Amino acid sequence: MLIYACKRLGVAVLVAVAVSLLTFSLIYLSGDPAMALAGEAATQQDIEYIRKFYGYDRPLAVQYADWLTKALTGNFGYSHYLRQDVADIIFSRLPVTMLLGACALVFALTLSIPLGVLAAMRPNTMVDRFALTLAVVGQALPSFWFALIMIFWFGIVWRLLPITGTESWVNFIMPSVALGYYVTPAVMRLTRTGMLEVLASDYIRTARAKGLRPPVVLFKHALRNAIIPVVSLAAVQFGFMLGGSIVIETIFAINGLGYLAWESIQRGDLPVMQAIVLILACFYIVLTYLADMLNAFLDPRIRVA
Amino acid sequence: MALPRDTAAEGFVASRVALNVGEILEPTPAALLRRRVFGHAGLLIGSGVLVFIVMVALTAPWLAPHDPLDQDLARKLIPPIWHDSAKATWTHPLGTDGFGRDYLSRLIYGARISLLIGVAAMVISGIIGTTLGVAAGYFGGRVDMAVNFIITSRLSLPVVLVALAVVSLVGNSLWIVICVLGLLIWDRFAVVMRSSTQQVRNLDYVAAAQALGCSKARIIVAEILPNVANNLIVVATLEMAHAILLEAALSFLGLGVQPPQPSWGLMVAEGKGYMFFDPWLVGIPGMALFALVLAINLMGDGVRDVTAPERRN
Amino acid sequence: MSDILEVANLAVDIPLAAGMLHPVQGVSFSIGRGETLCLVGESGCGKSLTALAIMDLLPRTAIRTAESLTLNGEDILNAGERRMSDLRGNAMGMIFQEPMTSLNPSYTIGNQLEEALLRHRRVSHREARDRAVMLLEKVGITAAASRLRQYPHQLSGGLRQRVMIAMTLMCGPDLIIADEPTTALDVTIQAQILLLLAELQKEFHMGLLLITHDLGVVARVADRVVVMYAGQIVETGTATQVFAVPRHPYTQGLLECIPIPGKTRRGANLGAIPGMVPSLIGELRGCRFRERCAYAMPACAADVAFRAAEARDHVYRCLLTPAECAGNARRKVPA
Repeated sequence: MLIYACKRLGVAVLVAVAVSLLTFSLIYLSGDPAMALAGEAATQQDIEYIRKFYGYDRPLAVQYADWLTKALTGNFGYSHYLRQDVADIIFSRLPVTMLLGACALVFALTLSIPLGVLAAMRPNTMVDRFALTLAVVGQALPSFWFALIMIFWFGIVWRLLPITGTESWVNFIMPSVALGYYVTPAVMRLTRTGMLEVLASDYIRTARAKGLRPPVVLFKHALRNAIIPVVSLAAVQFGFMLGGSIVIETIFAINGLGYLAWESIQRGDLPVMQAIVLILACFYIVLTYLADMLNAFLDPRIRVA
Repeated sequence: MALPRDTAAEGFVASRVALNVGEILEPTPAALLRRRVFGHAGLLIGSGVLVFIVMVALTAPWLAPHDPLDQDLARKLIPPIWHDSAKATWTHPLGTDGFGRDYLSRLIYGARISLLIGVAAMVISGIIGTTLGVAAGYFGGRVDMAVNFIITSRLSLPVVLVALAVVSLVGNSLWIVICVLGLLIWDRFAVVMRSSTQQVRNLDYVAAAQALGCSKARIIVAEILPNVANNLIVVATLEMAHAILLEAALSFLGLGVQPPQPSWGLMVAEGKGYMFFDPWLVGIPGMALFALVLAINLMGDGVRDVTAPERRN
Repeated sequence: MSDILEVANLAVDIPLAAGMLHPVQGVSFSIGRGETLCLVGESGCGKSLTALAIMDLLPRTAIRTAESLTLNGEDILNAGERRMSDLRGNAMGMIFQEPMTSLNPSYTIGNQLEEALLRHRRVSHREARDRAVMLLEKVGITAAASRLRQYPHQLSGGLRQRVMIAMTLMCGPDLIIADEPTTALDVTIQAQILLLLAELQKEFHMGLLLITHDLGVVARVADRVVVMYAGQIVETGTATQVFAVPRHPYTQGLLECIPIPGKTRRGANLGAIPGMVPSLIGELRGCRFRERCAYAMPACAADVAFRAAEARDHVYRCLLTPAECAGNARRKVPA
């Protein structure tokens, strides 16, 4: 287990380095970052000043090393648009996005796992058909459109829910649903397939031959094994949701990381953009690593090897 | 609460029955395939809708009643004909948008953009992903490790965010959006092709081809690719749907297809401001987008069910 | 009432798109305390479904019917699922074919063993653990106490099957059903496991329903033998009777298929039964073996009843007289 954990950690660190290189090179996509930052009205002098200020005149390798070491110590540079340290801006916005992501994940899991289990228990019945239909429909629904539809009915026509802001938990209902439903089809399908497979397995028959009560067979013996792959999927999807929150936060005007990303993309605020991409990517890497470890912990065949 | 009985014995019974039925009827494989295709409602509905949308997109110049870019502020915000309003007119069956452009025509031309982006991004990502995946699956070892590493790195980048950032930095045109999407969504191709190639390459006929001294390129093209084609088609449909949704999201955020082009995502974004009084401006293009993506997904699921019925679940 | 299990006219039907499948029809037998009954037949003849029907663990689509089905005199045909789950693992236990997959990979051996006792008896965890250790030692597992903390994947197939046996013994059942418990194991382990089962059966004085297609095994452990073909019983009797003078042509064919040390000559051809098992879909009439039988006659197409051999408890389903059958047997099986 320890060896496995170390190996996976090594890979994760390498991936993080690769991702940081990609993120760093983002700013050179526009050609000259100094020119992009300065804007169209800038004079040659302004551009030169910005180039010096941000250190874009140094060799690329030095720039990268400098940027990375600073990023590692939590220093992501300075945003001229907001006149603030990038790290400060980001960490003031991060909690809202995390909360939104967590709510969305909870919504997705509480909907998809029971539905997947029910569908697997009663294959080819109404429940199963309903679950599969929901999955197919869910996968095809554009999230921004779904969000607008919800705003229209729940916010404007029926006036049940607030359509913007983050004041209380009611504000989070619609954004969480809009962000989370996209995850439900995948989790639901995986739970269903996993449960179908496990329920048909020999050890479930053994458990029933022991005379165990159906809930014990279902939850202790079946779900415990079927849930293992769902854990990794949920972690991966949580990472995707944080990335996807840009759309939802923009629609619901939630002042989180996604909205910040959209604003800085609109403004061409490179350091903020870069920092957000890097943080989300690293967060994803950490998540998948933790999911792998949790997986190994849940599955004794990996844990006790 | 009751539990399903175990299905192991059912499997045994089913296999024996298949044998018995086969003895009596002996349908040809083609007949079996036909039977499965026509017995699959999802596949039929999905491909039906998709063919319809493709036809509409192809015949857009003849089908569209107006120029999708023609503005006429005097005729703006005419509601669609099913609205109980004196303004509704058959000249504009789906009404007009805030600039007085005919909504039906914009919708019809929007199908072109969605399909073009879906297909083109799917082809680009398909080429990248299949190359990586087949290479990893066929050569294994270090190639496999390297490809796995690339896939993991790619997966950790947040797609929407990176796409938005790149488009905003490089500048946006339809082709840049296509390329960015194509470069970002090849991961599923790579993952699926890698595992299916691994399965196929261990089969006897590949070993036989190797023993005959066939070149690696020949084995991959002639022996492996045809046998992973089913999976390739399924992933291709999924990724096409994915690309269409991503384009719509980018356009919705204002960094995809640029106005005045009639992209469905952009139409939703433009309609957003009028949502309070004219919700159909958001409803119609969203519905179209939903129908297209649903049709593609249904077709993809159908192809998978029909070609590999044992993996239905 | 000395019989633990009584099965009368048991049938299993499975509705399929192509028609009704009749994998088990008219199966009757009984098992007394301390008796070993072997259910013999080729793959797919309905042995396992018979066992699952007794345990009420059939696939959901299968329909079970019977004249009567009793365990210790209690009707278990019409008992609800609740009562059945009280009996399963308690009064009757089952050992399956695949020890590699029959234990839950996520829980320790100890957990799975104790669970069986804790479900049916009001005992403390400590008592349950003590009994688990005792039984693991009984089934020949060394260092039993430390095994309890191990997971199934850490044990070999033979050990896992021993654990399975210990698990069915946890509540001291009256009846054990063992469905080909050794087919998935190494040949060297097979004999050990079977002898272990036979020993435990004597020690705990249980009824044992052993399903197998290994006639060598049957000869060693069976008190009585039931031979099944295509869902029906074709012959039943004490092991001595059936092995000495098999009556039914199918039983004779089966016995011909195994070499007998000291009797089968080196290089001699072993027997084989030509043809295939008939389809069991739809209305079935007549002797099911007739298409493969060397002695088939037109009358075989009508329903064939059991007839008794010389001894009353040795019956077979064939039109031939006991003498004719015995004659065939002598010609075929060198006695």
